[in-house]
Amino acid sequence: MAEIITKATRVSFGEALCEAAATNPDIIVLDADLAAATNTSIFAKAYPERFCDCGIAEGNMIGVAAGLAASGKLPVAASFAMFATGRAFEQIRNSVAYPNLNVKIAGSHAGISTGEDGATHQCLEDIGIMRTIPGMVVLNPADHWEMKAATKAALEYDGPVYIRLGRLAVDSFNDPDTYKFEWGKGITLEEGSDITVIATGLCVLESLKAVRELKAEGKSVRLINIHTIKPIDRELIIKAAKETGRIITVEEHNVIGGLGDAVCEVTSAECPVPVRRIGVYDRFGYSGPAKELLEIFGLTAPGIKKVIEEELAK
Amino acid sequence: MTQEERRNLEILACKARIGAIIGTFNAKSGHPGGSLSAADMFTYLYFKEMNVDPANPCWEDRDRFVLSKGHCCPSLYAVLALKGYFAWEELSVLRHVGAMLQGHPDMKGTPGIDMSSGSLGQGISAACGMALAAKLDKKDWRVYTVLGDGECEEGEVWEAAMFAGHKGLDNLTVIVDCNGLQIDGTTEEVGGVEPIDTKFESFGFDTVIINGHDFDEIEEAMAKAKASDKPFAIIMKTIKGKGVSYMENQVGWHGKAPNAEEYKIAIDELEQQLKELEA
Repeated sequence: MAEIITKATRVSFGEALCEAAATNPDIIVLDADLAAATNTSIFAKAYPERFCDCGIAEGNMIGVAAGLAASGKLPVAASFAMFATGRAFEQIRNSVAYPNLNVKIAGSHAGISTGEDGATHQCLEDIGIMRTIPGMVVLNPADHWEMKAATKAALEYDGPVYIRLGRLAVDSFNDPDTYKFEWGKGITLEEGSDITVIATGLCVLESLKAVRELKAEGKSVRLINIHTIKPIDRELIIKAAKETGRIITVEEHNVIGGLGDAVCEVTSAECPVPVRRIGVYDRFGYSGPAKELLEIFGLTAPGIKKVIEEELAK
Repeated sequence: MTQEERRNLEILACKARIGAIIGTFNAKSGHPGGSLSAADMFTYLYFKEMNVDPANPCWEDRDRFVLSKGHCCPSLYAVLALKGYFAWEELSVLRHVGAMLQGHPDMKGTPGIDMSSGSLGQGISAACGMALAAKLDKKDWRVYTVLGDGECEEGEVWEAAMFAGHKGLDNLTVIVDCNGLQIDGTTEEVGGVEPIDTKFESFGFDTVIINGHDFDEIEEAMAKAKASDKPFAIIMKTIKGKGVSYMENQVGWHGKAPNAEEYKIAIDELEQQLKELEA
């Protein structure tokens, strides 16, 4: 069993940027006055000449990133998920994605686990917004090791990428010695034949806890971690639909537009099976400690387990 | 510049205006008014100012141009064709299905276009990113961008202006095509964007106000821009629809193509001007 590292994925992201910058002089990091929060501050400290604080002006930051990329640089633009993908949506669509420029966009403080800042800062739409843009890759890594590997892979990929970062410190569950990040490939964490749980981001660990408890109780539940929401691993999802006949998706996002919908888009066309989506049901969040909110919104192991049990009983 | 040089530029600009009319007429859509107001500036940039090579459009050390007011691409396309980036005949299929020349500039499909643009306010940000890239690499290539005066109603323009001033992008020249008209009326009636020069000054730019149809004034302004240790804004006063009598200063010609009869009148007028210049 690998050592557990408790760390927010935004920190792992900041560390990974720094590591990559050592061998890639083209990496330029931009932030919109949130470097201390997104953890691009780690990079800023190590490579001040390659860090550019754009001030509180996300639209311009994305445009500047596009211009840098059009001139051969590898820009990484970070802000909160809300402002990066919400405020600057149209700059991302028209100045980055349409010309297919090599810009990486990092959205931190995604989801309900942003906590006390409340609804204005708890972005529950970013995956949906980014997924609708042609050519945009959408990554949502689950733990420290996955975030480091995903960040590295995103920087090696030539094209626009959105990567979702969490604020809350979470335990790692992957083993760095065996973990392998494969672009667009889901990871089967538990085998099972009665139902498949497909989770993403911070919800993967909570789903893993729920599934392991059920396994201990003799249930056969498959668990898949989807770190690349777009392009999604169609093959793995279709296989799960065929072999287990029922799917549950788990995400810290509005059920409209997120992982659940992405999975339904695959199953409805290829192998229609019932899909129960766990997520936030078309509403705004509110202030409170992250862990309490996750529990209230049914995104921790007990809530997930309860839904799996309901579905198994059908 | 010499009289001969000036005359050559005037001839090229007149041809660019003809190209813009051919393009919008055949497209049955597009934006002739602003294309005609900015035609002299595009001509000056590509035939006098910028260090570019049409045989090698992606040359790393070239000067860059971003048409922030992307809808005025018909005359820019005409200038690029005259410069040798692609065939003049492309203009007659502008905006057609499968055509290389899109309704707004597409850097992936059109040689000579350095940045895709069309959504107002975004081009100047990309130009800032390019200027920053040159600074980071200690390169001396420069970045030019043309904005509309109406476009300056976009908040992003001022985010970008603040960025350029704060980061000391003295390799950036912003040109504002002040023809005073936008879709819904005069800029004064619609958005109250003026004064534009003092706005740029307050964001850390040096500025100059010129007649955008006078190549000597353009030349002088470009020299000032290069001599300045700040980002530079050239506020050029222009006539929307310049060169076609019935389009001049008419708000209705912002985004409308001439019909067959209007096309003939426009081409006749411009060809007459060309004949006089070439005489």
